[in-house]
Amino acid sequence: MVAISKIATGNGHGENSPYFDGWKAYETNPFHPTDRPDGVIQMGLAENQLCFSFVKKWVIEHPEASLCSAQGVNKFKETALFQDYHGMPEFRQAVAKFMGKVRGDRVKFDPERVVMSGGATGAHEMVAFCLADPGEAFLVPTPYYPGFDRDLRWRTGVELVPVVCESSNDFKITRNALETAYEKAKEADLRVKGLLITNPSNPLGTILDRETLKGIVKFINEKNIHLIGDEIYAATVFMEPEFVSISEIIEEVECNRDLIHIVYSLSKDMGFPGFRVGIVYSYNDSVVSCARKMSSFGLVSSQTQHLIASMLSDNDFVDSFIVESKKQLFKRHKYFTWSLSRVGIGSLKSNAGLFIWMDLRKLLKEKTLEAEMDLWRVIINEVKLNVSPGSSFHCNEPGWFRVCFANMDDHTMEVALLRIRTFMLKHNEAMVPQKLCRRSSLKLSLSRRRDGFMSPSIMSPHTPLPQSPLVRART
Amino acid sequence: MEFTRNNNRQLLSKVATNNRHGENTPYFEGWKAYDSNPFHPTQNPQGVIQMGLAENQLCFDLIEKWLLENPDASICTAEGIDRFRDIAIFQDYHGLKEFREGVAKLMGRVGGNRVKFDPNRIVMSGGATGANETVMFCLADPGDAFLVPSPYYAAFARDLRWRTGLEIVPVDCKSSNNFRITRAALEEAYEEAQRSNINVKGVIIANPSNPLGTVLDKETMRSLVSFINDKSIHLVCDEIYAATVFGSPRFISVAEIIQDMDCNRDLIHIVYSLSKDMGLPGFRVGIVYSFNDCVMNCARKMSSFGLVSSQTQFLLAAMLNDEEFVGNFLRESSKRLAKRHHVFTKGLERIGISTLKSNAGLFFWMDMRPLLKEQTVQAEIELWRVIINKVKLNVSPGSSFQCSEPGWFRVCFANMDDETVQVALERIREFVHQGKEEDGVSEKSKHWRKQNLRLSFSSSRLYNESLMSPHMISPHSPIPQSPLVRART
Repeated sequence: MVAISKIATGNGHGENSPYFDGWKAYETNPFHPTDRPDGVIQMGLAENQLCFSFVKKWVIEHPEASLCSAQGVNKFKETALFQDYHGMPEFRQAVAKFMGKVRGDRVKFDPERVVMSGGATGAHEMVAFCLADPGEAFLVPTPYYPGFDRDLRWRTGVELVPVVCESSNDFKITRNALETAYEKAKEADLRVKGLLITNPSNPLGTILDRETLKGIVKFINEKNIHLIGDEIYAATVFMEPEFVSISEIIEEVECNRDLIHIVYSLSKDMGFPGFRVGIVYSYNDSVVSCARKMSSFGLVSSQTQHLIASMLSDNDFVDSFIVESKKQLFKRHKYFTWSLSRVGIGSLKSNAGLFIWMDLRKLLKEKTLEAEMDLWRVIINEVKLNVSPGSSFHCNEPGWFRVCFANMDDHTMEVALLRIRTFMLKHNEAMVPQKLCRRSSLKLSLSRRRDGFMSPSIMSPHTPLPQSPLVRART
Repeated sequence: MEFTRNNNRQLLSKVATNNRHGENTPYFEGWKAYDSNPFHPTQNPQGVIQMGLAENQLCFDLIEKWLLENPDASICTAEGIDRFRDIAIFQDYHGLKEFREGVAKLMGRVGGNRVKFDPNRIVMSGGATGANETVMFCLADPGDAFLVPSPYYAAFARDLRWRTGLEIVPVDCKSSNNFRITRAALEEAYEEAQRSNINVKGVIIANPSNPLGTVLDKETMRSLVSFINDKSIHLVCDEIYAATVFGSPRFISVAEIIQDMDCNRDLIHIVYSLSKDMGLPGFRVGIVYSFNDCVMNCARKMSSFGLVSSQTQFLLAAMLNDEEFVGNFLRESSKRLAKRHHVFTKGLERIGISTLKSNAGLFFWMDMRPLLKEQTVQAEIELWRVIINKVKLNVSPGSSFQCSEPGWFRVCFANMDDETVQVALERIREFVHQGKEEDGVSEKSKHWRKQNLRLSFSSSRLYNESLMSPHMISPHSPIPQSPLVRART
């Protein structure tokens, strides 16, 4: 074995974790409506597949957006040669405009601050390289996107310190939690350089309210640390309350703008993860300049810049797309959450994202990580759904699962719901009034711990019919 | 509370505030001169001609023709739209199978079909820029070093060192033996590094060479492989100019060399790209091809930071799997490069300017040593300024490639049309003649020494390896288009 780097031999890529079991199960047996109707349904991938017909129609009507059509080929050469890390001006202008529209045109974005990167993945790594040295740290509220562990830390050597959020207050980011995390970092001799928030949140699907955002901006200014706002789900907000961006907050409160940076992408809002359109938008001139130089390591293909520039500078298309996308997401979310509630499964109240944060705490045999993993394996292997366990998002409370709903067609959604329904019915001794449960001679194997018992009506506020708390997940 | 704009030195990382991106160099003057006065045959015939950008613009007609004949290569046409969704959501870091197959086939072809490349070893990256950085992240730790034969591509200083924290130890090659990479030079550089407690993890070469335009012969290649095996250090071969070979001797890939040599393959890695061979730098197609499984797997995971756009993968998959097209393209490209190279080098010969004998690349290595008033970098920079400001050609001085000998210049020839070539040659002709006339008998013209050149940088910085021409460190120059395309504001 020859000597290679520590980065290469370590586990910083994050892929040697038990969570890959879910992926393996899917990959070896993927669902297909006709070819593999018993396969595993992919509900672990936050993709937005609901608006493709809309996009495709525009593409067909605009052949000049492609370098390969008769109408566009005269631009082929100059585009194929274009490798300027400033990016095509039309591309930057179109992206800046889109970002503004997604925020209801309440803020204007400057095309000169739009810097490209290799997807949001590349954007996060780039920002970390610009703001922190190896060994320094960022605070990140939990639960958070698992990819952060790799994107922010792997090659940069930067550390992450969790800001623990609790379900008891719907996972709000409190000042207290921020201060606690900051102190913890200090105790561990870690110099905190910034705070990274994802708004709308992955995996929660919620947005931060104005007060919380103001509090966050106040906090980072006091500590003189950076604020990185990952707003890649901004256009997936499908109902009230309205999305509030950091870009709006800094217009309302006093703030050192050199501390403010936004990460954006078209992967979620438009459903184009393959196109690798990552954006770093910083209010700090030095960061813009540095990030731009670094963008050489992950520029957006000029072919794609050309397509996106055309698409996003079409105001009518963009306005209609945003409306249509919200409509489709709202519909899908509503149907999915309602269907789940009918079988006694609740989820965190959310109005954004491509997923729901499903509450299966009552199905755990005990409130432990192991019990969550046990339940997860059942869901994968028996219910045949690849969902993501809360622990993979560093959630401090076992029993939550992220379930994606926008990456499948209606039929597949029905199949998934049917499977969930079947599973819940099987385990539902059901329709038994509360007091009877305690006297019944059900074959129980649940823990005797009193504090593990909860009234069904509290655990599942969404259930029309109280479900037995005695649901036991088998391995 | 008063909020002031803080000092960024405290707020930002060391990486963000150091100069290892290499762009704070005096060489920007060449770019500024071009930028403020770019040549245009009719609108600005007195402007500066861009000869500092290694672009391959000679075969776009072939590609454009193919595109129109193959509308299903695009996900945006009526013929291809059915694939739009699948491709738009495809972000698997393994890459599209057909794309990898197409690239593997091309690499094999370019190597004269003497090696087969395995599509499963093809790993994507953000251009060759991203590929080189990724390979370094996989092979070495901060503080480690790589030996790099000089003269070398200026942007290596950024790509290999900036965010990785690695160091470069140059291996000086001399014109006396045509800049060959000798075993002795390698050994010397290696020993010197050891003495200075520098941990050398490998050697990185560009073959064909940028800026020399030469290919490594079999003997040198074997000697190189033998050297790295003996020391058990890595060999990274940047083969991005492989298909720009237009005459003999033929290109020999390291993949071919190791086929009949005793070599630990875990030490061998290739960097490839379509930016030079196919003239598609904007498409950011970088490839890491490692014979080391761990490195391959690691690089693949890292490719998430710079995947090739699936839209582009799809297009290139179709193009590169069209074997007839590829065969024709490679043949034509070589032919046209040969012709262009010949026109230039013969033209220069007639004027009395010699170039290093070369048969590859998109540039030639011009020998202006006879024209230097003294054999110093300072003199080279003075001459360079004259070439930019008086002759109005943006060429790249050898010092920006860390050449140990002053007086050499890299001149790109494939990024312009035939008319512009003639204009450039004419200007050089005039310049040399003017010098000869003014000086009378002597060929060593002192014409430019009399020029009132406003030099504004300290000579001590010239030896600093952070000095590089921006258009070399940023092949993505501020003005990457052909001088004919540049629109004046």
